[in-house]
Amino acid sequence: MLLIQCPYCGPRPELEFAYAGQAHVARPADPSATTPDQWTEFLYLRNNTRGIHAERWRHVRGCARFFNALRDTTTDHFLATYRAGEPMPVLPMGQKP
Amino acid sequence: MADAALRRTVGLPTAAWLESPVPASRFILRGAAAARAAAGQGFGLPLPETACRAATDGNRAALWLGPDEQLLLAPDGEVDSIEAALARALQGHAHSLVDVSHRQVGIGIHGPHAEWLLEAQCPLPLNLRAFPVGMCTRTVFGKAEVVLWRPAEQVFRLEVWRSFATYVVELLREIERESAA
Ligand SMILES: [Zn+2]
Repeated sequence: MLLIQCPYCGPRPELEFAYAGQAHVARPADPSATTPDQWTEFLYLRNNTRGIHAERWRHVRGCARFFNALRDTTTDHFLATYRAGEPMPVLPMGQKP
Repeated sequence: MADAALRRTVGLPTAAWLESPVPASRFILRGAAAARAAAGQGFGLPLPETACRAATDGNRAALWLGPDEQLLLAPDGEVDSIEAALARALQGHAHSLVDVSHRQVGIGIHGPHAEWLLEAQCPLPLNLRAFPVGMCTRTVFGKAEVVLWRPAEQVFRLEVWRSFATYVVELLREIERESAA
């Protein structure tokens, strides 16, 4: 079984986790000054990355916390996991999402 | 996992390895570090700050479920006194304290086969190195979400939401039956 590194609990089996979409999608800070196009982008438009993707995961059948991960969508390899609110880690080979 | 060779060598628990659900006082506490420290004083037991570890003192236990979430266990009938003591201790701290005594049931599994029985449907390795005495965590057993705690080497306690309890117990019995074949 694929193991995912929970930033709180350590390596745990994949089936305890739930995927929660692209990471680092920030809600517009000033809603009343946000145009419909900007709302559309925030609500609906997501990357469709072939390669390294920054995404949210939740250890729902564990500590239940959300966290972020860098995963290669072509290999399903998790390059890094980090707590929500922490900056995206720099990868050793300099790869970027 | 239950392969044929293992079935033959492990032998089977025929004795009472399954402890029927016992009523208990249960709370879920959510709060920041300061609130958890205060709650520990009110509960009479410092709450565990290490991930996936339980703290016990006499017949009370606190189980780490998440970085800001603890499951507090005490004997049946102590809900009111604990609630009052925690309310006093937690005054001025943002927190949430929920009585979940009747939401879930506790199932005890003990004996030399306990680890093996649970591993049949739990994705975590339960050997002593991977899941030492004092470890606790939310995880899955079959299709049910459970809190699994190992208070002693050959003793496990499952905290299961009430409506899943029959499923979990029947699944355990089925593992036992299948392995006996
Ligand atoms: Zn976790």
